[in-house]
Amino acid sequence: MNALHDSATMLRRNLRHMLRYPTLTLMIIGMPIIFLLLFVYVFGGTLGAGLGQAGGRADYLAYVTPGIILMTVASAATATAVTVATDMTEGIVARFRTMAIARASVPTGHVLGSMIQTLLGVAVVGGVAVLLGFRSTTGPLQWLAALGILTLFVLGLTWLSAALGLVSPTVEIASNIPMPLMFLPLFGSGFVPTDSMPGPLRWFAEHQPFTPLIETLRSLLLGTPMGDNATVAIAWGAGIALVGYLWARKLYNRDPAR
Amino acid sequence: MAGHHLTREAQAVRAAIGVTGQYSAVDGLLTGEENLRLMADLRHLGRSRGRERARELLERFDLTEAAGKPAATYSGGMRRRLDLAMTLVGDPRIIFLDEPTTGLDPRSRRTMWQIIRGLVADHGVTIFLTTQYLEEADQLAHRIAVLNHGKMVARGTAEELKRLVPGGHVSLRFADPHGFETASQGLRPISREEETLTLHVPSDGGVRSLRALLDWLDGASVTIDELAVHAPDLDDVFLALTQESEPAR
Repeated sequence: MNALHDSATMLRRNLRHMLRYPTLTLMIIGMPIIFLLLFVYVFGGTLGAGLGQAGGRADYLAYVTPGIILMTVASAATATAVTVATDMTEGIVARFRTMAIARASVPTGHVLGSMIQTLLGVAVVGGVAVLLGFRSTTGPLQWLAALGILTLFVLGLTWLSAALGLVSPTVEIASNIPMPLMFLPLFGSGFVPTDSMPGPLRWFAEHQPFTPLIETLRSLLLGTPMGDNATVAIAWGAGIALVGYLWARKLYNRDPAR
Repeated sequence: MAGHHLTREAQAVRAAIGVTGQYSAVDGLLTGEENLRLMADLRHLGRSRGRERARELLERFDLTEAAGKPAATYSGGMRRRLDLAMTLVGDPRIIFLDEPTTGLDPRSRRTMWQIIRGLVADHGVTIFLTTQYLEEADQLAHRIAVLNHGKMVARGTAEELKRLVPGGHVSLRFADPHGFETASQGLRPISREEETLTLHVPSDGGVRSLRALLDWLDGASVTIDELAVHAPDLDDVFLALTQESEPAR
């Protein structure tokens, strides 16, 4: 019971931090929105034509939106690592260790807070896509399913980036380690279909965790064929969540004299 | 500790103690009041008790005015006070204070001393305090342990420790060599510095013995330029206790 109560307290603390320091939240959505505008308006005409079936800019907007949403998730993961690493340098965390509180509540509060931050960012970026003309062709049930699978993935990525924040000796390193996550949607099916890529890159693009999730979102939002993408995406999400959680817990519980 | 086994009942020990570290352990993004409410929540005090306790502590530590400002904007002294206030939220029976006044100006230091004295006198709290300022130990501590290179080299009350080193003395600087010679024969000084015509004479520093000394100097018609009373303090004790190991460093 205490673990729940303490985690809720820590969550409140982290939500207050977000309100006091909104710049970080703005930074999370800034990069994906710039990518969205860049790819739709600069490259969109040409890339849309490359999609086949007489595609144009509007078709490319529909194609790229799931990838941009995952880019938002990756961008938020970087913010999580930075937030956690910054917090670990604060004296207050040393104080928490001297108190009779549920130990896991500190990282749990961070993860829950960051998940809320991430999903808010996704909502804003998705809203921008809708403003630009993105229209889902499916119904509320599919949207709910999309949100559920996305949330599972966000849970996993947030635990993982919390662990990355804990393992980083400095805040600067914490801001660099999750950087590759930002590029995974590019080296997947986020921006162009993987079958246009050369051999080894194509193999990587088809087997990395972001691609099945992007395809699942595409299917749930636009009605493209699903295949086994949802199963693979859920397996990745659950796997990353488990590894990230265990790793973060181990890192937080170790001797603070690192 | 506080009736609990240190490793087997670690959480019970944590609930009984309060720790205020050397580096301020406040949340800079939260306001003073929110910091205290956070501690109250983590001590499971409940909403109304927590609010009450926060208000009480803000008042006691003279932070009511700054309660709504983020702790990052506080001055050093205010941060320390808030830090200690946060430690007190859960009414700990044993408090560890790690150099609570390092880097504070003399006024803030005195305020902190008053708070610490009040905790011991009014609330019966046991405080373990580490400090580099021996005057602070002298002012606050009932029992003092002197650490040198991580080893305890002496332990006792301030009075007991002061007895470990030679007592106080009076330094006399004389106007002329004649007076210097006369006095050094009549007064049995501890040491003499001929270049500066200065004698160090044993004394407890009390008014009576000083008057006797001055009477003797008058009687011998010796004039002095300067007189300085040196009472033994814990600095002397520390220097004496740590002297031998110094060259080994």
